Amino acid sequence: MSDRAEELGGPVLSKVSKWILWLGIVGAVLIVWRFGVGLGRSTGLNDGYPWGLWIAFDVVTGTALGCGGFAMALLVYIFNKGKYHPLVRPAILTSALGYSMAGLAIAIDVGRPWFIWRIPLGGFPDMGKYNWNSALLEVALCVMAYVIVLWIELSPAFFEKWKDSPKQGLANFSKKAYGIINKLLIWIIALGVLLPTMHQSSLGSLMLLSGPRLHGLWNTPLLPLLFLISCIAMGYAVVVMESALSSRFFGRPSHVSMLAAIGNVAAYLIWGFLVIRLVELVMRGRLGLMFQFNAQALMFWIEIICFVVPAVMLMNAQKRQDLGYLFRAAIMLVFAGTLYRFDTYLVAFMPGENFSYFPTVPEMFVTIGIVAIEIMLYVALVTVFPILAGKPTTAEAH
Amino acid sequence: MAFDRRSLLKGMATASAAAVASASPVKAARERKVVPEDARGMLYDTTLCIGCKACVRACKEANDLPADTRTPGMENYDAPTDLNEYTKNIIKLYKEGDRRSYVKRQCMQCVDPACVGACMIGAFRKEKYGVITWDKERCIGCRYCQMACPFNVPKFEWSSLNPYIVKCEYCRQRAGDKQWEPACCEVCPREAVIAGTYEELLAEAKRRLAEYPDRYEPKIYGEKDLGGTQVLYLSHVPFEKLGFKFDSEEPVPEMQQTIQHGVYQGFIAPAALYAMLGVVVWRNRRKDGAEETEGEA
Amino acid sequence: MLLPRVVKGVSSEEMLDRGVDRRDFLKICSIAAAAVGLPAGAGVKMAEAALAGQKPSVIWLSFQECTGCTETLLRTRFPGLGELILDLISLDYHEALMVPSGHLAEEARMAAMEAHKGKFILVVEGSIPEKDDGIYCMIGGRTAVDILNEAAEMAGAIIAIGSCASWGGIPSAEPNPTGATGAPMILEGKTVVTIPGCPANPYNFLGTALQYATFGSLPELDELARPKWAYGRTIHEHCPRRAHFDAGRFAQAYGDENHRQGYCLYKLGCKGPVTHANCSVQAFGEVVDAWPIGLGHPCVGCTEQKVLWQTSITDTVDIERPTNPDTYPPIGAPQGKVGAVATGVAGLVAGGLLGAGYAASKKLGDEPEEEES
Repeated sequence: MSDRAEELGGPVLSKVSKWILWLGIVGAVLIVWRFGVGLGRSTGLNDGYPWGLWIAFDVVTGTALGCGGFAMALLVYIFNKGKYHPLVRPAILTSALGYSMAGLAIAIDVGRPWFIWRIPLGGFPDMGKYNWNSALLEVALCVMAYVIVLWIELSPAFFEKWKDSPKQGLANFSKKAYGIINKLLIWIIALGVLLPTMHQSSLGSLMLLSGPRLHGLWNTPLLPLLFLISCIAMGYAVVVMESALSSRFFGRPSHVSMLAAIGNVAAYLIWGFLVIRLVELVMRGRLGLMFQFNAQALMFWIEIICFVVPAVMLMNAQKRQDLGYLFRAAIMLVFAGTLYRFDTYLVAFMPGENFSYFPTVPEMFVTIGIVAIEIMLYVALVTVFPILAGKPTTAEAH
Repeated sequence: MAFDRRSLLKGMATASAAAVASASPVKAARERKVVPEDARGMLYDTTLCIGCKACVRACKEANDLPADTRTPGMENYDAPTDLNEYTKNIIKLYKEGDRRSYVKRQCMQCVDPACVGACMIGAFRKEKYGVITWDKERCIGCRYCQMACPFNVPKFEWSSLNPYIVKCEYCRQRAGDKQWEPACCEVCPREAVIAGTYEELLAEAKRRLAEYPDRYEPKIYGEKDLGGTQVLYLSHVPFEKLGFKFDSEEPVPEMQQTIQHGVYQGFIAPAALYAMLGVVVWRNRRKDGAEETEGEA
Repeated sequence: MLLPRVVKGVSSEEMLDRGVDRRDFLKICSIAAAAVGLPAGAGVKMAEAALAGQKPSVIWLSFQECTGCTETLLRTRFPGLGELILDLISLDYHEALMVPSGHLAEEARMAAMEAHKGKFILVVEGSIPEKDDGIYCMIGGRTAVDILNEAAEMAGAIIAIGSCASWGGIPSAEPNPTGATGAPMILEGKTVVTIPGCPANPYNFLGTALQYATFGSLPELDELARPKWAYGRTIHEHCPRRAHFDAGRFAQAYGDENHRQGYCLYKLGCKGPVTHANCSVQAFGEVVDAWPIGLGHPCVGCTEQKVLWQTSITDTVDIERPTNPDTYPPIGAPQGKVGAVATGVAGLVAGGLLGAGYAASKKLGDEPEEEES
């Protein structure tokens, strides 16, 4: 007995705050500018810190935030908890947009993007001569494939609408496509679980190649596992946030008890994450690093605390039935996961004391702009297509 | 609570166990690379270097590099402060109290290079004579090589709209039909840096250490460090003072590639996982029967 | 003491008859050859040529000039002017140094040019005015342009001495009322060796002239027809004060302590980096340091048309080919910037997001929730 997905209907633009619109436009302009002047002038990146905000946030964190679809697919299709099904489609939308924006960020960040098309073509013209040893190759191929899978997973929402279209051609095509996807659904869903497992963990092992330049508090062979666990937890947290905000802004039911349950799962994942991390540190004799007086140790403690707080919050069965409380816990969890990734890529990475990096203002506004664009696209798509579940409860706010 | 705690804990425990098990003992799965047979390199001896920078000038000319006039206050000079997009070779000065040493920095031509392991598109390759080369026709400018190199060697043309990676490639553009020598080695007036086959250079370094033990730190940097490098260093001051911070024998790519190989070898694990996931989803859908005909996701 | 009988065709007795001591004569020739960088043996060849009565004829034309280049030639010692014009060359026309004047002088010139047609060395000193049909410089009723063109037709080699003859010099400075220009510009299509300088270094001239006289060839020339052996380098490339430039030791003002120490004059406007000349290594008149930088004044670029009258003496110039300074970077030089504004913005954004999230969460908690179906 799940709520049926329904489009919001109505005009799109009025639903989006003017702020978001302008931030998106500024971001787009800055992206064009970045291509006009080059990376050196538009970012604070340098030879000491060749990867900065755009990689650490837009790509690594952005995809982790886009793990909502992955996390929900695990829950609904692997662990067979069908009642969470209404949350799946919006989660897939968030994921599809998140991964697409991450792909955009990559295209902006690399220095010679005109060769990107070679990656899926096996390094054309020397076809097949990849460096199969490279973790980054695996990430790139997986992410490219997963973006496609996500949009395919989301496409039933489009076809559902279009199959009732007055345009005969579109309607027929939609009916056909809908049927095909339904048949292949099992294998698409399985792919939608396999691919993120592979690349989210590889995003962790990417930093292992910095070897001796990666600080001991983050440098562990279990980095892929830790990234995987934290991304699933972040996925659930994002689902909570997105559901709560949609209910607030679009007047849909928030399914708070479902969200509470998901939050609980996330809590367990975080406890697992913390236990594995700390036990491993002890086993490798790195405990002492926590107690040094330096930036790395400080960030480590902040990170741990930021993980513990939501984990504790979400264990409280009663309080987590309050949407506001749940939402706060989810924000903390997202923040903690983001911090973990920032720390792994920027704080734990130690090229030398003489190097420093901070993103420039344009660099930050490109990131903000990309997020704004993502929000705008989200609003547009839930308005036009049947993605959000449940009927409106109150008149739309905002 | 809508979730079965026991099954969740069980699932997590299995997963973690599997992961830890796969990660730890797999070090043996990746063989360590050895110095190639035709390997050539350089031997740099700080006790001979007088800081004349003839090698810096020669490198700029041989590699067609412009002067770096960006250093504040030094706009009339070619005065880079480090290797960068205009500088493939540099002389730095270590000064601490009475102790002084010059040190020449350029690509170390590692035996098991981190950059080669990093580059997903194969723009970095270890080729003739073990020289590590960069291919401008393949590079997409992702800069993973910079994240990988423990010596901070590959530099990126931040100021360019068609940015290259800039690093010493042993002057391979001077290769004609015969063997070539890097410009820096050719021009050094004191033979502080010399070129040759790896065997010759290693033997020479050992000879110097044996003959003048009081003159040098008792170590040839690059002999074993980080899996070995084809550019060897002899020094009269401790190597960390010169900026050589790492002396573990483990090559940089070893840990990451061991894990990757362990998990992805022959794609067996992903394929198996995929099959398993497919089966699970199929069985779940059958269990729930016709309710799901409405179209998923 | 008997010197080896290397001078062919003339015996010691014959030489003594002519009032020349052989030893002294060979010495003069050898020193002259060495001073101008000609190879060993050139001195002997010059001596042979001279004794065989084959002193090359030199026609020296003077146009819009201050005679400074002649004056500087007068002050050489190896060879001295006496040895030069009496023993090594036959100076058949030179308005400042010859005895006759007026019609006699012009007739002598024509006679010499006819007699040595195709073989004489034509030297041009001073610029040539072109404006108004060249009336601003006339000798014997004829314009400089005419005289030059006529002489150039008959000459074996043409040398323009000094910046004026090379590209226009002082008379060509703005507003250039006479349309002054150099000999190569008048004699388009002809090879005119230029020896710029104000004055030109006399040895640059002597080396070129004596090479032609001895071997019949001209030295390798650059794109402005200057002998490469003299003008191939900039002053900056072989300046005695270069070590001070590399070490960053500069005079900041005339007479200050650094100036007294003889430090580099770059900051006072030295044009050494853009001036091709050899004043730093070839002394004028054998007096070491008798050149601007040696005396403590920055080079003004007197050989270069684009420098001398186009830039102010105090203007500093760009270094076209920067080289390494005498300093070294440390092992870990700082790189990368943490901008204050950026940090502030980041803080605001992060704080704003967290704050907004918290506020939203409060709102979410307030509204009563729908029943779950």
